[in-house]
Amino acid sequence: MESSISLHITSDPSLLSSMRTVLYKICETAGYSVSEINKIVLAVDEACANVIKHAYKNEREQPITINCSVGNGLLEIEILDNGEPVDVKKIKSRELDEIRPGGLGVYLMKSVMDTVTYNGSKQGNSLYMSKQLPKKG
Amino acid sequence: MSLEIRTEKNDQSVLLHIKGEVDLYSSPQLRKEMMEQIKKKAPLILINLEGVRYMDSSGVATLIEGLQHCKKYKGRFALFGLQENVKEVFALTRLDKIFEIHKDRASATNPSAV
Repeated sequence: MESSISLHITSDPSLLSSMRTVLYKICETAGYSVSEINKIVLAVDEACANVIKHAYKNEREQPITINCSVGNGLLEIEILDNGEPVDVKKIKSRELDEIRPGGLGVYLMKSVMDTVTYNGSKQGNSLYMSKQLPKKG
Repeated sequence: MSLEIRTEKNDQSVLLHIKGEVDLYSSPQLRKEMMEQIKKKAPLILINLEGVRYMDSSGVATLIEGLQHCKKYKGRFALFGLQENVKEVFALTRLDKIFEIHKDRASATNPSAV
């Protein structure tokens, strides 16, 4: 059986903390370890921060939807926004030996989640991320 | 949520005690306080992260900026008191090899004595 939850927030960075709290509970219920939960929460937080910075250019009143579903052996998270299509080259993960501020968010998402797929169009952007659920027992 | 930042200073060092979550919302506050101190070119800048229960890449980026500015005037920039999840962010990004990271204030202040 699959269970799902949708969160709707505006693109206000002060709301990210509340989003993280809800997501932490979802991951806890799904059975991940504390270490894994912290990493998943970080990956989703980075994705939402990228929406605010790049798609909405720090405008604070734009909609962000975070759809989470748990089932069929997977945690699936989809992040939707109505912002400008993002030039993926501009937010691609940087080489880790290049020590400079910025560019770490995409790297963190990709290193934590099993799948990260971005789709952008004039209608908006969607970022899909998934991670295998922990094995029971 | 905003951060609580307390500053302790003497002739040789500046210690910033940070409490809260360092994310896209609060990292500009950390940057402002940190850069104000770095501009004064203290020989040692210490960042106490014991009270930081969450840090994202914007927090890490802020600390990279601090480290780079400090290096320019040949100052020391050291972190201590990282909670497990914050340590994990530094490990994931392999920045634990770049930053001077210590367990506590004593070892951060005087690493050769430990």
